[in-house]
Amino acid sequence: MAKKINLTIDGINVTVDEGKTILEAARDLNIHIPTLCYHEDLCVAGNCRVCVVEQEKVKSLPAACAMPVSEGMVIHTNSMKVRMARKHIVELLLSEHNADCTKCYKNGNCELQGLASQMLTGDHLFLDLVPDKQYTIDMFNSAIIKDDSRCIRCQRCVRTCEELQSVSALGVAYKGDKMKISTFFENSMLEVVCTNCGQCVNRCPTGALIERNYIDQVWDAIYDPTKHVVVQTAPAVRIALGEALGMAPGNIVTGRMVAALKRLGFDSVLDTDFTADLTIIEEGHELLTRLKKALVDKDPNVALPMATSCSPGWIKFIEHTFPELLPNLSTCKSPQQMFGALVKTYFAQKRKIDPKNIVSVSIMPCTAKKFEANRPEMRSSGYKDVDFVLTTRELGIMIKQAGLEFEALPEEKFDSIMGSSTGAAVIFGSTGGVMEAALRTAYEIVTGREVPFDGLNITPVRGTEGEVREAAIKIEKVKPEWSFLEGVELKCVVANGLAHAKTVMQNVRDGKANYHFIEIMACPGGCLGGGGQPIPTNKDIRSKRKMAIYEEDMGMPIRKSHENPEVVAIYKDFLEKPLGHKSHELLHTQYTPRKRY
Amino acid sequence: MSEQTLKRVDLIFGEYSNEKYKILADTMKRSNEDILKDLLDSGLRGRGGAGFPTAMKWKFTADTISDEKFVICNADEGEPGTFKDREILLRVPRKVFSGMAICGKVIGASKGYMYLRGEYRFMLPELMKELDIYHEHAKNLGLNFPIEIRLGSGAYICGEESALFESMEGGRGEPRNKPPYPTTSGFMKKPTVINNVETFVNVLMIMRLGPNQYKKLGTTDSRGSKVFSVSGDTPIPGIYELELGMPLDRFVDEFGDGDTKAVQVGGASGFCVPRKKFKDTVIGFEGVPTGGSMMIFNSSRSMYNVLHNYLKFFEEESCGQCTPCRVGCQQLRKGIVAVKKGEKKAVYLDQLMKLSESMKITAKCGLGQSVANSFSSIVNNFKEEMIY
Repeated sequence: MAKKINLTIDGINVTVDEGKTILEAARDLNIHIPTLCYHEDLCVAGNCRVCVVEQEKVKSLPAACAMPVSEGMVIHTNSMKVRMARKHIVELLLSEHNADCTKCYKNGNCELQGLASQMLTGDHLFLDLVPDKQYTIDMFNSAIIKDDSRCIRCQRCVRTCEELQSVSALGVAYKGDKMKISTFFENSMLEVVCTNCGQCVNRCPTGALIERNYIDQVWDAIYDPTKHVVVQTAPAVRIALGEALGMAPGNIVTGRMVAALKRLGFDSVLDTDFTADLTIIEEGHELLTRLKKALVDKDPNVALPMATSCSPGWIKFIEHTFPELLPNLSTCKSPQQMFGALVKTYFAQKRKIDPKNIVSVSIMPCTAKKFEANRPEMRSSGYKDVDFVLTTRELGIMIKQAGLEFEALPEEKFDSIMGSSTGAAVIFGSTGGVMEAALRTAYEIVTGREVPFDGLNITPVRGTEGEVREAAIKIEKVKPEWSFLEGVELKCVVANGLAHAKTVMQNVRDGKANYHFIEIMACPGGCLGGGGQPIPTNKDIRSKRKMAIYEEDMGMPIRKSHENPEVVAIYKDFLEKPLGHKSHELLHTQYTPRKRY
Repeated sequence: MSEQTLKRVDLIFGEYSNEKYKILADTMKRSNEDILKDLLDSGLRGRGGAGFPTAMKWKFTADTISDEKFVICNADEGEPGTFKDREILLRVPRKVFSGMAICGKVIGASKGYMYLRGEYRFMLPELMKELDIYHEHAKNLGLNFPIEIRLGSGAYICGEESALFESMEGGRGEPRNKPPYPTTSGFMKKPTVINNVETFVNVLMIMRLGPNQYKKLGTTDSRGSKVFSVSGDTPIPGIYELELGMPLDRFVDEFGDGDTKAVQVGGASGFCVPRKKFKDTVIGFEGVPTGGSMMIFNSSRSMYNVLHNYLKFFEEESCGQCTPCRVGCQQLRKGIVAVKKGEKKAVYLDQLMKLSESMKITAKCGLGQSVANSFSSIVNNFKEEMIY
C-alpha cells in the first residue's frame, strides 16, 4: 500500500497516496484548478503554469500538475497571489494568440477561450504581440490544418505524437520568443512522417490543430439537384456522435444519426458496416489463402503474419516506418474505400444512377480517412471513390447548423442496398474488433462450427487500451478441404496506438514473434478513440464508448459478417466470389514505401 | 579613492603542489564521512550563483541508493559578463578534475562529465591532454572514475542543470519540473551531483587547507574567496580573485573609473545596484550574490539601453517552454519600448513590475524567475531613464 500523505488544501485536510500531485489531491476534494498543458493521457509537462497554487512557507507558486504532495503541505488554490499570477499567465497566452474567436473553427470548444471567459480577462493588460509575429498556417494537407497563430505552445500535440504514437512528426523548434511547434525541417505536415491520425487534434486545447473541414462542399453537393449524395457512416461514429451534440459519452445514437442524415438532405443514407462485413469475407479468405500457401504449398514468398489494413493512420505509419513489411499488410482496402469503390459501380448499377452524378460522402471517427480518400490508389471506380470525408465532429456541426434537435429525433433505419450491418461490423470500432469479427467468420469457414466462445464473444482478443494483447485460438475438427489447419494454433496479436504497433512490428521484423494475424488500429482504443471523434477525450470517455460498441454488437440480430444478407447478395449478383476478379479490381490495393525524412 | 586595496587571494589559480594530483591522492585515503565533514565545516556554497551548500548536495546524493550515479561539472558558462570558468579551465583544469574525482568517491559515482560551453571548444585539445594525465593518475590510484567532456551548442538555458541533463541525453534543452531534484534524479534519471567549475576547485582547496584555514577567508554566510569577472567601465577589466563579503563601495573605489553610476552584480540575471546603495551593499550570499559577473556602468551609459539589452537576451534565450518566461520576456521588453516611445503611459511600468513579480514566482526554472532581478532593480532605481 502506498504511503499516505496529509496536507491541507483551501483549509480542508486531506489524506492522499504518496506520489499524487496537488492537482490530483484537489480534484479528490472537488476543487477545480484550471489547467491547459495538462492532459490525463499524457506525461506531465508543467509548462503553461496556469495551474499554479500558493504553498505556505514557499516563495514561488508551484504548478499543481507537476508538484507532488508532501507531508504537512498547506495549499491555497485561490489566494490573491494565485489569482493575480493566473490572470497574468492567461493574459500572456492571449497576447501571443490570434484571439479572433468568431473566425475560429474551435469557437465554443476552446480551452483557452473557456479560461478567458472564466477569468473575465476583458481588459487586455498587456501589448498585443500577434502583429509582430510571422505566424504561418499549414494548409497543404488534406486532413489536418496547423495554424501557428492559434498555438499556445502547451506541447500536448508534441507529447501525443511522441508518447502515444511514437511518430514524433511534431516537435519543438527554435527557442525564446521564436519557439514554435514544428516539423522536420519545417516541412508541411503533408511532407513529413505525420500519419494524419489526428490524435494531436483531439488534444489541442485551441484551434491550432484542426481537421480540414469539408462541410461547405458537402452542403453544396446536397443542394445540387443534379447530384445523388450518398453518405456512409463508420461503426464508431454512432456511439460518439451524441457527445458532439451535448449528450453524455456512451450513448448509442445509430437511429437518430440516420434520421439526422436524412433530414440534412443526403439522398442515400448507407452504412460502412456493410463493407466492414465485406472486408471480413475478403480478409478472412486472404488469411486462409496465405496460410495454405505457407503450410501446404510451402511458398517461401508468402508474407506472414498478415496485418489488417483498415486503419489509414496505421497504413501511412507502416509505409514510413516499416516499408519492408508492406507485403505483410492485407491487400484489402479499408471499409471506407471498399464502400467508395462499390458506390460508384455496384450501387450505381443497381440504382441506375450515372456514377458521375454520385457524390460519395463518408462520416468517419478519423482524420486519416480524409488523406486516404485522396490517395491515388483510391480511384478504382473510375472516379474518386470517396469524394468527401467528414469527421464525427463535422457531422455534429452540420446537425447544429441545420437546427435539428438531435435528441428528439426518431430512430430511423439505413437505406438499402449497402445499408445492412452485423454485430461483427459494429465492433470494427473498437480495438480487437476486426480480429474478433474475422475469427467469427474464418473459424466457421474452416470448421463449419461457430467459434467456441460463449455468445460469440471472443474476449481474449478484445484489445485493451495501452497494451498489446496476444491470443491463440486452437483450430480443431476442420472440414476436409481445410485439413492442413487441423490442430493449428492461430496466433493473433492486437495492438492499438502506434507506439504499441511499433513494438509489435519491431518484434515481427526481428523475427521475435511468430504470429499469424495482426490487428492494428492507429488510435488509442481503436476507432472509438479516433482523431475525428468529439473532443475532449480521455480514458473514461473511451471506455464508455467501448461499452456502447459491444452493447450494440450484442443487440444486433446478426452478429457474423458472412451472414449479412446484403453481403451474400453482392457476391451472388456482382462480385461472384471472395478474392475474385472484381474484388481484386475494386476492393484490394497495394501500398508503396515512403521515406522517414 | 581609498588607499587600502581589496585583499587579493590566490587560492583558485595558485600553484599548490609540484606533484601532479597529489591532493587527490591524499584525499583518496580519507573516509567519505571525513571529507563531507570538512566540506560542511568549510561552509562552501555553490559558485554558480544560486549558492546551495555543497556538502548538503553531496550528502543527499551520497545517501540516495542507486546502481549508478554521476558527477557533472557545469562548464556552460553563459551568464553575460562572466568569463571566470574559462580562465579556471585554461589555467588549472587539474584542480577541476581533482574536485570532480573527490565528489565521485564521496557519492559513489561511476562516471564524471564536464558539460563545456560550445563557445569554449577551442580549449578542448588542452583539456583532453589534461584528461589523459588525469586518467593515468586515476589508474595508478586505483580510482575507477572516468571523466568525459560533452560540448554544449550555445544555448544559455543549457546552463540550467535540468536543461543541461536533457541536452546531454540528446533532448531539447528544456528545464524539467522540480522535484525530483538532481540529487535523486539527474542525468539519465540517476542521482547526480552537478556543480560549477569553481566549486570543484574550492573543494580541492578545502581538502588541501582544511576547513579552518579556508574559513579565514570571507564572512559567516559567504565563506572563501570568489573569482570575479570584472567588465564594463573600468580601467582594469579582467579576472580577480577576491574575498567574499566585500562592500560594494570598496569594490567600486578600486575597479571603477571614478564615475561609476551602477554595478550589475551577477550578470543579466543578477541585480543592478545604483551608486546610492554601494555603501550598504555586500557582495555575498548575505547581500547580493553573484556567479562572478561584475559589470560596471559609468554615467555615460543609458540604463534603459542596458535593460533593453538584457531583456532582448532573455527574450531570445528563454527556452520558450513556459508561458511566464516566453511571453513575459517579450512583454517586458516591448513594454519598456512602448513607454519610452510614449505609446504607453509611464504608469504602465507599474503593470510591468507586477508582471515581473509574477514571472519570478511562476516561471518553471531559474531563468524566468530571475528576469525580475535586473528588471525591477533597474526600473526602480532608474525610472526617469526609462521614461524620458
